[in-house]
Amino acid sequence: MSWDDKLLKQAKKIIKLYPQKRSALGPLLHLAQSKDGYISDDSITVISELVGITEVQVKSVSTFYSMYKQEPTGKYILSVCKSISCEINNSSEVINKVQEFTGLNNNETDEEELFTFEAVECIGACGGAPAVQVNYETVEGVTPENAINLCKWLKETKPEVVVADEMQENFGGIKSFDWAIQDNSGATSTAPGFQTLKTTKVKK
Amino acid sequence: MKETILLTKHMRDNPEESHLIDSYEKNNGYSTAKKTILESSPEKILEEIKASNIRGRGGAGFPTGVKWGFLAEDEDRYLVINADESEPGTFKDRILLERDPHQLIEGIIITCFSANIKEAFIYIRGEYAKPARRVQQAVEQAYQKGYLGKNIFGSEINLDIVVHLGAGAYICGEETALLNSLEGRRGEPRLKPPYFPAVKGLYMKPTLVNNVETISSVPWIIENGGEEYNKLGVEGSTGTRIFSLSGHVNNPGNYEIEMGSSFGEFVETLGGGIRNNKKVKAYIPGGASAPWFRGDQLDIKMTIDDVANNNSMLGSGAVVMMDEDTNLVSAAKSIVSFFAHESCGQCTPCREGTTWLEMILDRIASGRGRTSDMNLLLDVCDNISPGLSWPPKMTTICPLGPSAVSPITSLMNDFRDEVESLIPTKVLL
Repeated sequence: MSWDDKLLKQAKKIIKLYPQKRSALGPLLHLAQSKDGYISDDSITVISELVGITEVQVKSVSTFYSMYKQEPTGKYILSVCKSISCEINNSSEVINKVQEFTGLNNNETDEEELFTFEAVECIGACGGAPAVQVNYETVEGVTPENAINLCKWLKETKPEVVVADEMQENFGGIKSFDWAIQDNSGATSTAPGFQTLKTTKVKK
Repeated sequence: MKETILLTKHMRDNPEESHLIDSYEKNNGYSTAKKTILESSPEKILEEIKASNIRGRGGAGFPTGVKWGFLAEDEDRYLVINADESEPGTFKDRILLERDPHQLIEGIIITCFSANIKEAFIYIRGEYAKPARRVQQAVEQAYQKGYLGKNIFGSEINLDIVVHLGAGAYICGEETALLNSLEGRRGEPRLKPPYFPAVKGLYMKPTLVNNVETISSVPWIIENGGEEYNKLGVEGSTGTRIFSLSGHVNNPGNYEIEMGSSFGEFVETLGGGIRNNKKVKAYIPGGASAPWFRGDQLDIKMTIDDVANNNSMLGSGAVVMMDEDTNLVSAAKSIVSFFAHESCGQCTPCREGTTWLEMILDRIASGRGRTSDMNLLLDVCDNISPGLSWPPKMTTICPLGPSAVSPITSLMNDFRDEVESLIPTKVLL
């Protein structure tokens, strides 16, 4: 078993939330993603034992969903939305600039394992198009220039916690709605930042 | 034209702290749930919901009271909140989750009381990490106060809520796919019958699956009465509804309005008009799955039935405006690519068809189209949805495949010249 005791304890806590063990499979795959940056074969073995299903059943589920990565990812997953509202608001130029800066094609990771780039489908930020997510933290109204500035900032400062509000303030523009509430919580890995997964922290 | 503020009242009045339980309670939050639990009966609640004539806000517009009435008897029954909001153009559940999570929780408490349910799940799409954190924090606060858990509000009733994160799959918005996903399976829609999760749902037990906005409306309906809610809006589309407006408008955003005004009035007043005083070439009335309307159809009324009578759907309430300079072939390609990417792959017409549509549109958009592509597009569409009628006929388990047909029939019916103009005339194959 390659998961340490802390992670296993977390996993067992999650399993207990559900009437049937298998329902925890999704969250456990998020845990695996947060640990290694992708769904490793080791994690598949551990999860199959925890949930009581075969490894191939775990693999079949893990390959269905786009947020479980099958290859190692960078520290930051840059997801630029390309769905309709973003498309008609110049998202293709944002995509071009991010690709130019990172030198990455869709779903590629750079050699330093800093960035993974992906052009993604609708992230529910259509009123703030074009929108970008970094490790599933949303920034809205991102101009092509600010997309580059965001990448540069990530590269230079390498924040441990990725906070939507901080990025929005520095690199965002028009929003889908007034965010109103001050929030310094964010993501600490390439899994979504969420309390139950212990993948979120408040940035001081 | 003005907004009618019910669901977005608390967040507007208390913008900086509307996610906190103290703020919610200061504004009479949870008092309706408490009264319900201690003084009301499940039948009374169901009667109020039926009297309100509220229809589901997820997209299908099924009457909520009827859905609740279907729920079969069983010792184990579940409520699942569908917060997998992924229809392109839609961001109304996001604001309800992010800025007023307690209203949703209060709605869940009342719903579970009415349906005698002891366990509820909130299935939130994985990309909504921040909204999910807010909801989780709110759930924890409600547990601390004794509004969730054992003997809620000092009664004999127990209720648990689990916040569950999805992992990036639009198809999980389809209720049976969502249930599969929540069971730890691939998010593939289930074969019907059984038609209704209310009979066989999560773990094959009776399950209510309701949208975030629907359940967030429950506290207002119970507090003010179903009759009061029924007075708002128009017959068949009662109450208020949060529309997500995006595209080439001056003021994109979420607007809570009574259904019944025209799209044109909505865009001109609340939306602040089209950017740079341009004209509307086409618009989407209810999310990417909905067939488009032309710019000269802005007088259509924003009700479920009016939009349906004009061969489209109000769907998730996502309105996307496209101005006169929009390249509609690229716009259609974006939507078709979406469905090609999100197809679960179970049904051949959808899996293969959406991919072919994407490839054909791609070559037309890049100037490599063939004259024969026009008919080929329609032929592929006809294999996914025979007859290309509305509402669509299906050769697939769920409506995702036919959804990819919508933008193409819109193009072909109303903007055929624009598509043809992109096809080089010398290439005759």
